[in-house]
Amino acid sequence: MPTVIVDGHEVEIGADERLNCIEAARRAGKEIPHYCWHPGLSVVASCRMCLIETGQRDPATGKVSMVPKLVPGCQTPVRDGTVIVTESEAVKESRARVEEALLIDHPIDCPICDKAGECLLQDYHFDHGQAERRADIHAFTSRKREVGPTISLFVDRCIMCTRCVRFTREVSGTGELMVTSRGAKEEIDVFPGFPLDNKLAGNVVDLCPVGALGDKDFLYQQRVWFLKREANVCGGCSAGCSIHTEHNQDTVYRLKPRENPHVNTWWICDEGRYGWHHLHDSSRILAAGRRPTGHSHGNGNAAAFQPVEWADVVTGLRADLEQAGRLTVAVSPMLTVEEAWMLCGVARSIDPEAFLALGHVPIRGGDESFPGGFTIRGEKCPNRKGVEEVLAVFGAGGRTWNDLLAHVASGHADAAWITAGYPAAWTDEATAEAFAGLPCLVVQDLFDSPLTAHATWQLPAVGFAERAGTWINVAHHAQSFRQAIRPPAGVWPEGRLYWNMLGRRGLYDPVAVRRQLAESSPAFAALGGDMPETGVDLRVRQLA
Amino acid sequence: MTEFKPVLLEAVGVPDGYTLASYRSRGGYAALGKLLREKRPAEVVELVKSSGLRGRGGAGFSTGLKWTFLPKDHPGPIYLCVNADESEPGTFNNRILMEDDPHQVLEGTIISAFATRATTAYIYLRYEYPQSWHRLQGAIDECYAAGLLGNNIQGSGFSLDIYLHRGAAAYICGEETGLIESLEGKRAWPRIKPPFPAIEGVFKKPTVVNNIETLACVAQIARRGVEWFQSIGVPPNPDNPRDPGSYGPKLYCLSGHIEKPGCYEAPLGITLRELIDHHGGGVWKGRKAKAAIPGGISMGLFTEAEFDTPLDFAGPGKVGCLGLGTAAVVVIDDQTSIVDFLHNSCRFFAHESCGQCTPCREGTSWSLRMLERIRAGKGRLRDLDILLEIGNTMGMMPGSTICGLADGAAWPIKNAINKFRGEFEDFIKRTNPEGWMVTDPVPALQIVGAH
Repeated sequence: MPTVIVDGHEVEIGADERLNCIEAARRAGKEIPHYCWHPGLSVVASCRMCLIETGQRDPATGKVSMVPKLVPGCQTPVRDGTVIVTESEAVKESRARVEEALLIDHPIDCPICDKAGECLLQDYHFDHGQAERRADIHAFTSRKREVGPTISLFVDRCIMCTRCVRFTREVSGTGELMVTSRGAKEEIDVFPGFPLDNKLAGNVVDLCPVGALGDKDFLYQQRVWFLKREANVCGGCSAGCSIHTEHNQDTVYRLKPRENPHVNTWWICDEGRYGWHHLHDSSRILAAGRRPTGHSHGNGNAAAFQPVEWADVVTGLRADLEQAGRLTVAVSPMLTVEEAWMLCGVARSIDPEAFLALGHVPIRGGDESFPGGFTIRGEKCPNRKGVEEVLAVFGAGGRTWNDLLAHVASGHADAAWITAGYPAAWTDEATAEAFAGLPCLVVQDLFDSPLTAHATWQLPAVGFAERAGTWINVAHHAQSFRQAIRPPAGVWPEGRLYWNMLGRRGLYDPVAVRRQLAESSPAFAALGGDMPETGVDLRVRQLA
Repeated sequence: MTEFKPVLLEAVGVPDGYTLASYRSRGGYAALGKLLREKRPAEVVELVKSSGLRGRGGAGFSTGLKWTFLPKDHPGPIYLCVNADESEPGTFNNRILMEDDPHQVLEGTIISAFATRATTAYIYLRYEYPQSWHRLQGAIDECYAAGLLGNNIQGSGFSLDIYLHRGAAAYICGEETGLIESLEGKRAWPRIKPPFPAIEGVFKKPTVVNNIETLACVAQIARRGVEWFQSIGVPPNPDNPRDPGSYGPKLYCLSGHIEKPGCYEAPLGITLRELIDHHGGGVWKGRKAKAAIPGGISMGLFTEAEFDTPLDFAGPGKVGCLGLGTAAVVVIDDQTSIVDFLHNSCRFFAHESCGQCTPCREGTSWSLRMLERIRAGKGRLRDLDILLEIGNTMGMMPGSTICGLADGAAWPIKNAINKFRGEFEDFIKRTNPEGWMVTDPVPALQIVGAH
């Protein structure tokens, strides 16, 4: 195996890995500071922060010959015997000078800058900068320019790393951003009339190492050091991008992409990025309710739902459904596989012949791919694949929402339990009418819908950041995640309800459910162990 | 010193010397068809390599050797780029060649393209040279009409198209990879190397970039031979095995405080003093010289005491300058302030820094701000130390930038301060008696932009 020597420590790299010095040093636990380099973008080697000393060790004699000048770590590939020195005096002085140079024109307006606390310029200044300012003191300036509907550019904070420019050229392929002027007067800008407005635009804010690009959705909402982050998965489409949900006191403030080479690499789309606002929508269903018995629902003047305590939901719902007779259940593709599996179990324990089907799958447009390889899926739910696999375990594989509608319309059902949880409106009056005559209709959803008018039971659902479990994306990649924030007061996540309806003791434990599922079904065998943060591929494990 | 008969500048002063007919009457293109028909490209490369011709654009790299870096048996296309973006302050020798003898340049271009197996050549011309543009385009048109360009030149089977591209006036476009980026329609930010242009240049194809004067030399070498070329100039220093020598005639540009400014052809190795006294008629107004720029402002400064240094590829380096550069001499008389000289130099580089690498972008601007403040009578001795630090750390040689133009920005700073520190200190103490010793940061002055 090729060996690289980082500050005197030998570290082995893969035989056909192509690493630069920054990546190789990271293997040895050494962070080489850098601004312009990003693994997902082309190398420009222009910030000069990653300058290091390198050399080559002669395999025969063991003698090291060093390159007589500093070289950029980002641009220098390593091979067997490469020597990297990251902490020599020359390297330290060079870093201090770059930091000093970048701060000459920087407004140093950290107290009013959103980036403060997660700013590379700030962090590197403390790690590598010099204590004294030598340059002349400038009058404070902080010009702001709107470069797009979602993004502001704080011109004077920019350090010209050009990550954002390269992103729009190489990944989104839209090329809105550019560098104007020359020398120290350089600025990032857009062409007049061509704003930064594409479906991946928000990523430039994540890429910006300083506070130059600000996301208007997050700007001035929260200091970043108050935020806690949880590794989550985006529920916006069937791509299932890895994200960090950043929250404070059960309020989500922003979503950030989480690096995952198997799914989304470093990016997420804007639809996913801003797709958390429904969690805090005031019109959410916040309590379980049941219409009084004997009412005539579906006739336009339905009685109001009476609130039901959750302990009474567990027993009352089962009793109502058992009494009604032939049960039909729509298993929403918004549910986790754990929840879907428990829901099917509950349904079959109520009615061993229960008709199980995949819930409504929202589709908007087709898949949309970008030059950088990123794809936004047209299927706007995260777990169709997972629910289909669960249904197959229960002998209901391949059954769709339309099959369920036909089943109900042909009079084969006495009761229906529709799980939904979609962030946007998903059904219409005509579809809802199919359930009008049912003796018992249970609707579990985030918001009121045309189904509400016909429902006997209304149960709240939860959003992506409020649940825990496993989703399986369109490419059979399973990712487990924990709950980031608690649901609103009085709302049980679906999993907790099903857990209790199955008569299980203690707190709902999605990990225990996942392991059981993996044991009971070969299709889910890959989910048996500890799940890595980047997930596992169900098919690969099946083949192995 | 025996009188040297100009070769490269033969057409200067000849009426209509820029026309094809005039060039032919001087023997131009006479041997071209024979060369294209009878020689193989590798033989022409070997010819130029053996002549010891070094690039006239500034770096002085062996032209023939550069050509051999092209990949062998490449399916093509291979491109030849002609660097006519002559922007180094003080330099105008390419302009003379293009305006007065464009066909000499074109003949060199055709031979070089043949040697490098390029079938397309781009001449990247500086925007500010409208006369060169007209003359070159006129000459290209004449060549097409005379069958010297286009398909199957002179029945040799070799075809070449030359495109004249007019730049948009930026110093950085003279850097070869900046030129390539600009030619591709992009912002002229020099590329990181490797890959070098010989492997991946214009449109990701192997590319050779040569200077106008270099190509004129190629034309003369092809016509007059290697012996003629090596009879002029300075042979290699036997004590330095890495010195390839400085052969051939060179166009020296003489400007500044001189009686007879102009472009003069002389053998490589002429001393600066000979050049000033013999060709330039001495320092103007009977004054004495204080300093001179040896080869464009990027190369640094000679003090008057260093004027006996030979202007060949090895000479200026011996007195702490960057190199021969473009051999553009700017004479500075003894009544000129070195502070003003350095201020002007810094203003140029702050304006022309492409802004890609942090040390050059911020360093050139910072040094200009300091010089502005010093000239405004608010200088501090500490500024000199900071300026020197910027000068010593900015550039491709210390490794802090991508291209060598940052070294060129640094050299005047360190040469001026190292060689004239006393004058700087006197100026600062005289103009800022209250504050020259301050070391804390001071408020910045507002700078009025150049344009």
